[in-house]
Amino acid sequence: MPPKRKNDTAIKVEDVGMDVDAVLDSGSEEEARRRTKNRRIKPQRKAKQVSDDEEEEEEDEAPKKRGRKKKPKPQDSDEDDEEDKRSVKSKGSKVSRKKAQKDDSDEESEEDRGKRKKGGAVSKKEKEEQNKDKKGNPKERRRDSKGGDKDKKKKNGKLSSSSDSGESDEDSLSEGELAALKEQVEEKKKLIATLRNKPWRMKRRLVLLKEAQEFVEKFEGALGKGRGRKLYAFKVMMTKKFIKFKRDFENFKTACIPWERKIKEVESHFGSSVASYFIFLRWMYGVNLVLFGLMFGLVVLPEVLMGLPYGSIPRKTVPREEQDSAMDFSVLFDFGGYCKYSILFYGYYNNSPTIGVLKFRLPLSYLLVGVGIFGYSLMVVVRMMARNANEGGDGADEGEFTFSWKMFTSWDYLIGNPETADNKYASITTSFKESIVDEQENQKDENIHLRRFLRVLANLMILCCLGGSGYLIYYAVKRSQEFSKMDPDDLSWLQKNEVEIVMSLLGLVCPPLFETIAELEKYHPRIALKWQLGRIFALFLGNLYTFLFALFDEVTAKLESEKIIKNATEWGLNEYYANYSSFYNTTNVPPPNVDPADVVRGPCWETAVGIEFVKLTVSDIQVTYLTILIGDFLRAVTVRFLNYCWCWDLEAGFPSYAEFDISGNVLGLIFNQGMIWMGAFYAPGLVGLNVLRLLTSMYYQCWAVMACNVPHERVFKASRSNNFYMGLLLLVLFLSLLPVVYTIMTLSPSFDCGPFSGQDKMYDVVMETIEKDLPAFIGNIFTYATNPGLIMPAVLLMVLALYYLNTTSKGYQQANLDLKKKMQMARDEEKNRRNNKDSTNQVMKDLEDLLPNKSLVPPPTEEEPPPPDVVTEKGSKSPKTKPGSATKGVNLQKEVSLAASNPRGPVTRAPGPRGGPPGNTRGPQPGPGRGRGAPPRK
Amino acid sequence: MGNKQTIFTAQQLDAYQDNPFRQRIAEVFSEDGEGNMTLNDFLDMFSVLSEMAPRDLKAYYAFKIYDFNNDDFICKSDLEKTLNKLTRNELTEDEVRMVCEKVIDEADLDNDGRLSLEDFQHMIVRAPDFLSTFHIRI
Repeated sequence: MPPKRKNDTAIKVEDVGMDVDAVLDSGSEEEARRRTKNRRIKPQRKAKQVSDDEEEEEEDEAPKKRGRKKKPKPQDSDEDDEEDKRSVKSKGSKVSRKKAQKDDSDEESEEDRGKRKKGGAVSKKEKEEQNKDKKGNPKERRRDSKGGDKDKKKKNGKLSSSSDSGESDEDSLSEGELAALKEQVEEKKKLIATLRNKPWRMKRRLVLLKEAQEFVEKFEGALGKGRGRKLYAFKVMMTKKFIKFKRDFENFKTACIPWERKIKEVESHFGSSVASYFIFLRWMYGVNLVLFGLMFGLVVLPEVLMGLPYGSIPRKTVPREEQDSAMDFSVLFDFGGYCKYSILFYGYYNNSPTIGVLKFRLPLSYLLVGVGIFGYSLMVVVRMMARNANEGGDGADEGEFTFSWKMFTSWDYLIGNPETADNKYASITTSFKESIVDEQENQKDENIHLRRFLRVLANLMILCCLGGSGYLIYYAVKRSQEFSKMDPDDLSWLQKNEVEIVMSLLGLVCPPLFETIAELEKYHPRIALKWQLGRIFALFLGNLYTFLFALFDEVTAKLESEKIIKNATEWGLNEYYANYSSFYNTTNVPPPNVDPADVVRGPCWETAVGIEFVKLTVSDIQVTYLTILIGDFLRAVTVRFLNYCWCWDLEAGFPSYAEFDISGNVLGLIFNQGMIWMGAFYAPGLVGLNVLRLLTSMYYQCWAVMACNVPHERVFKASRSNNFYMGLLLLVLFLSLLPVVYTIMTLSPSFDCGPFSGQDKMYDVVMETIEKDLPAFIGNIFTYATNPGLIMPAVLLMVLALYYLNTTSKGYQQANLDLKKKMQMARDEEKNRRNNKDSTNQVMKDLEDLLPNKSLVPPPTEEEPPPPDVVTEKGSKSPKTKPGSATKGVNLQKEVSLAASNPRGPVTRAPGPRGGPPGNTRGPQPGPGRGRGAPPRK
Repeated sequence: MGNKQTIFTAQQLDAYQDNPFRQRIAEVFSEDGEGNMTLNDFLDMFSVLSEMAPRDLKAYYAFKIYDFNNDDFICKSDLEKTLNKLTRNELTEDEVRMVCEKVIDEADLDNDGRLSLEDFQHMIVRAPDFLSTFHIRI
């Protein structure tokens, strides 16, 4: 019987002790161990198997396991059991002898035993009927607390005899007793290990710790424990080190995220919506870095290192007639002159199939990189979208506790730096405002007809704007085509750049106009942002495609003129060869000796296209930066300093400070990226330029936002996924992919510039490689793969897969919705149930108050060590000892029981069965106590 | 145990001066409830706010901290105080009222218009970053 009881206790400890599993231990505990160790050096009775045993023990499950195993019969042939037994046997006699010597400490051990017994009793009670146990317990408790040795002896019989009757039956300790003793020691040890997790006041903890240590010291030595202590200390140390290392590593990882601090700072002041732009910008920068790496590493660098140097062949030389002005700033600024004949542009690259000693196939690499850029971008964007979609959601939180969590968990107690604290305050305020906006939006309902009318009106107006701007662009392009037919020297700078100017102006004027119109619609700011983005996107798209068509006209014109030049050159060459051979009468004609600068050459439309894109990008950068400088910075400065001498309040009144224009900036970024994608093939340097732009833009805009902008009037939460941005980006990527792929597939490359010169089509490079340089069977595979008979089924299969996946995802969505509904219902139900219970509890509480028995519970002395395993009881006692924490005790109980976290618990424990008066004497019980609110104990 | 007791005052918690609840923390953990801490209280505080303290313990003390008037319920006035401390009074009264109503609405399971410890626990154990923010490193 005794062992079983002990086992129960052990299990009980597992149940009740909070977080026993935490292997972690405090400094105090370690120190304690060290102390005990020092003292215990004398005993020095350590058997080998014992150390093993202890190791076992330190894993917290071990005791439990052992306990369970012992329940059926102590001689269970489990390995560690056996070991236990052996050690116990060998040390048993010594134990008792030593005990005999240490009479003075017996008392304490008795107390411990008492406690343990109490624990055992409680656990037993748990298993028994409630009413009964309530009856039994208080009595027992009282007796115990009085320190009645007799009771204990009677009750525990043999058990306690093992301690204080060590002299009487010295060597006659039965196995069961020894096992029991061991259990005790283990418990004590566990108590030491988990002491810091107990919800006790420090004083009690210290007392307990001391006692546990003494107990362990006394009996553990007797039982021959203690080896492996060093190992244990080492283990502990390593765990700590590891935790610290992990933490440091996390910090390091965070520190490695570029601009994280900057973005967080912006976010804390301007809200997540503004931060989402910067995060997008950062992501964009990452993508562009990869693109730049591809372009630079596989195309530009090989050409620079291994290709022919500047001036060696016509395409790498500035023509004679341009040489005078080739270094002029105005020319360079338009990317003419030396810029035009540099590695920045398509025309510079040579068409020799391999270059350098490495036989690097530059033309092939050029084409593959050009296509690979699209492939990589597509993959990245789609993957990002998929990941965002997983995170799901539209910013509207589905969480039930949005505000509560914000309120109670948003402050980071780790903050110990005033600046961080300021940021945190700002961010908390911002996030509250965001949530408030969302909430207000949910609650709003107004005149729906008026709203609809206004929305239709707004859309109409915006359509008009879009049409107007489209026409304006068309007109400008027409004019510019006329201008291009005239002599370029007659045209003014304005006339030359008319299209760009018109487009930039439209980009400047239209978005604010749209925003003003959008005011009519009164959407939630987040949705409004999406509309705004969509509209400006449409506007820019018009611009983009007008620009593209203009470009195409130019290209076809160039192609024609190129054809003429090509024919002329060929004709000239033929003439030259014919003349040479007839003159010298030889067939071995050396190539004409002409300076590369003087060679007649075609217009090289690829370079022209590249220059267009680079120019556009640069002008875009200029416009953006100037807008920020003037529109934000100057405005802010003016408002700030003119305000001292102005007739109205500039800061609050009309000009005020600028808000950060999320939609404009996002779209600017997206379209800029479109330019890069389109232009990268014809101007490899464009990617590098863009990387620079994004890098500077990050710092510049971060500064501008923090320095000159004010947060939005209604700070709103960004949608958690940036999928709208990503969607736009994907669209732009697709749109920019079209023209490039079209030109690659249909137009024939210039005959005298670029890596594909001399070929009919650009992709011939690939064909050539496949035919000539790869084994024949790969060529065969390609022929099969391009067979329509194979492609059609493949497409069909894909469509089917698409359909299937779409259906599945819809099914999941539906399931999601259902589950959400169910959760909501469950929550409501729980709420109701709790309400009911509370009312019954009220009755219970009144009943309890009526009963005088409560006063019978003796005030336990403070010094009495609380039973380590009966946390809950302790909790109920503590109020009496500490007035300051009168209520704490009760709550602790609840806490402990809540730790079990079984929401149904309170209901099954409905007050009915335990309504008997005796139950009340005991005060709140560990289990049922949770069901009741805090007030009853007060 | 009475030897070597030093009195810590709230002002001595300089390292965490920026915490809006510093006064409350000192009060909750001090035995006299006024923020004067003995060594034991001080140790108590750090043990509760250490990384290894169990969640329920933390939740309990968090509850105490936010329960400004010590009535064992977080009522509206407590919420308002908390909110104002968190945002440095930057929200308008309407907004504060609305937020407090929302909090009660969300977390109050027994519909008594205030949060009991139970409600609080129910809510806080689901919070994703409660454990990561409610501790102090020394």
